[in-house]
Amino acid sequence: MEYNEFDFDGYACSIPHQTKEKILLGHGSGGKLSHDLINNFFLPELKNAAPRNKDDAAIISLNGRRLALTTDSYVVSPLFFPGGDIGKLAVCGTVNDLSMVGATPIALTCGYIIEEGLPLEILKRVVHSIQETALEAKIYIAAGDTKVVQRGGVDKLFINTTGLGYISEGINISGSNAIPGDVIIISGTIGDHGIAILSVREGLGFETDLQSDVAPLNHLVKDMTSAGEIKVLRDPTRGGLGTSLVEITQQSNVTIEIYERDIPIMPQVRAACEMLGFDPLYIANEGKLVAFVAERDADKVLSIMRKHQYGQSAAIIGRVIEAGKPRIYLKTIIGGKRIVDMLPGELLPRIC
Amino acid sequence: MCLGIPGKIMELQEQSSPLMGKVDFGGVIKSVCMTYVPEAKVGDYCLVHVGFAISLMNEEEAIETLTLISEIASMDN
Amino acid sequence: MKYIDEYRDPNRVNTLIKEIQTTIRKPWVLMEICGGQTHAFLHHGLDMMLPNILELVHGPGCPVCVTPLEQIDRALAISILPDVIFTTYGDMLRVPGSSHDLFSVRASGGDVRIVYSPLEAITIAEANPLRQVVFFAIGFETTAPANAMAILQAKEKKLKNFSVIVSHVCVPPAMEAILGSKSNRVNAFLAAGNVCSVMGYHQYPAIAKKYKVPIIVTGFEPVDLLRGVLLAIQQLESGQSRVENAYQRSVTFDGNRLAQETIYSVFQPVDRKWRGIGSIPLSGWGLRTEFSAYDAETRFSVENITTKESSLCIAGQILQGLKKPTQCTAYNKQCTPQTPLGAPMVSAEGACAAYYHYHQGV
Repeated sequence: MEYNEFDFDGYACSIPHQTKEKILLGHGSGGKLSHDLINNFFLPELKNAAPRNKDDAAIISLNGRRLALTTDSYVVSPLFFPGGDIGKLAVCGTVNDLSMVGATPIALTCGYIIEEGLPLEILKRVVHSIQETALEAKIYIAAGDTKVVQRGGVDKLFINTTGLGYISEGINISGSNAIPGDVIIISGTIGDHGIAILSVREGLGFETDLQSDVAPLNHLVKDMTSAGEIKVLRDPTRGGLGTSLVEITQQSNVTIEIYERDIPIMPQVRAACEMLGFDPLYIANEGKLVAFVAERDADKVLSIMRKHQYGQSAAIIGRVIEAGKPRIYLKTIIGGKRIVDMLPGELLPRIC
Repeated sequence: MCLGIPGKIMELQEQSSPLMGKVDFGGVIKSVCMTYVPEAKVGDYCLVHVGFAISLMNEEEAIETLTLISEIASMDN
Repeated sequence: MKYIDEYRDPNRVNTLIKEIQTTIRKPWVLMEICGGQTHAFLHHGLDMMLPNILELVHGPGCPVCVTPLEQIDRALAISILPDVIFTTYGDMLRVPGSSHDLFSVRASGGDVRIVYSPLEAITIAEANPLRQVVFFAIGFETTAPANAMAILQAKEKKLKNFSVIVSHVCVPPAMEAILGSKSNRVNAFLAAGNVCSVMGYHQYPAIAKKYKVPIIVTGFEPVDLLRGVLLAIQQLESGQSRVENAYQRSVTFDGNRLAQETIYSVFQPVDRKWRGIGSIPLSGWGLRTEFSAYDAETRFSVENITTKESSLCIAGQILQGLKKPTQCTAYNKQCTPQTPLGAPMVSAEGACAAYYHYHQGV
């Protein structure tokens, strides 16, 4: 395959980065370490083999048609959590990465790396979940692969996917598109997924009825793009809303202002964050998107989002105020003001 | 010092040693050691730090604090 | 959330800010001595709402940051031992020793586990009888009752495979050390509310009298912090130096007697080195002799390690409130949260890390 056949518009990846000799867990958390790994390790190592855009999917021009391509790996533990499982997560994650560049998902591949000894019943549940989610998202599972490794080689089951989609004429969505005046909209409550997972983790566990928000967002995105001009889309997964906003301000080189009071959050997520000393801005979401919308279309887009199953709690949370400098000002709930920065590494529960 | 969060006592496990209970922080319930607040009753609010209740919230004092602030506000107006 | 939302009400915040603005006439220096309070001031943007002539400085109120470097290095040496399950509060993971931290220990195969409560460390010890469970018992007085209970549980359950690294520090001696220093600039203290929930505030009147500083027992929510500031300013402007309790819903003069008795049954006052400041007499707690069997540093006899602090780090001056993080030449250059040179940049509660996260260079 000749690279020259395709016009790669961007290298899309969210793998971690390191500044020391070993990879740390923090390199996978989506925060600063992760970004440093991409920017200071992977991209320089790959050089001309990987052009750079930094959106959630790469865009390839093929004979005038724009295709979107993305890859992701799913290593969530536990495999089954309140509201979902690794299979649903794998399909939604892939569908959403494609949707975030405005692509209509066509197909995905699914590679399974299975730990020796995994009960077949577990695998069956996961695959069933993949099938159900793929039907909902209307994405075709084009190819698969299975590898089995010795006990301890992986933690029960890892799934890797590649997603393919096409971008229709007139759609131009990228993290670098934001301009002053654009309105920032979140599709619903933040932090649900991360806290739902934590609630079933050993040690930090607590009782709650909170469920993961994992969901395929392509149909919501389709409604949004037909309602108005969508400039930027991002699904705030690892690293949370805060990290996604920092990335976008850097890609577009803009300053934005967001309002803490307007960011929707479930009481359980708030309570868990207070208890553990977490900032909900950095907790993962798996069924939410943040959109930068042209000012004149904001109300229309918001209205159509709220009519959708996955956008009922959608809210305007801020706007782009100035170009030339990447910065996020947060107006706090008490009327103060502070900066939102990237998380250094792994999110740690605090005692003080 | 430190991260203490108020929660409502939902349950006290009288037979446990050390004394344990369940505290609701607003939709999130956690098992908390109640050994340092033996006078606690279900329905009380306690301050929890690293899984231990270290004090009981005094509702009267809380009301008084907020009243003091309202007085300042009304003096301004 | 009850007992939280009322104390984050913007109207109450405004009332207090206005009152502070009308009350303050002279430039005063106020120190809060709790990492959680530092964090809260910055997280809510309160620091920017206070009048410019009021200077807020941050004391050594981060037990994570003030744990001596030698002790961190010994802890790291223990954590990498085979058969050891090293349990710790989350904050400690990023604290750098002389050459690495617990994160890298974990990456090298060390079994390092975060616990929310010290009782979890006991549960882990019971579940793993063939392995040694070590718990990093750090904290101020607030955390001491919990840490003490874990040790008492180990004794009651006759656990042979449980031990602790004790790194407890006390607030009043640190306050005296700062106030007694020749270069002290602090005019009033906001005392750490949750330390006082445990200890009460009976230790403070003597300090207030000796150094003629107002000491206000202060909580953590915006309204609590501002009330603390207001009461301190009111006293300063009228030449008073008393102890006042602005966190009455949780703190009493005597504090939690039962918790204190338990603490003293397990711990005893010891001299303690504070990273960035130096040794302060009787400012820490160590295990009483009857519990010395649970001392991990003795059980694992790790050699005395040579430690090396960065010469650029001015932690001492930061922790004493003599300089702000932004006045350090290494801040945001050689010293960042990813590459911390010293104590106050390590955890989000260290003053330097908090400034970096909430202000960057702004």
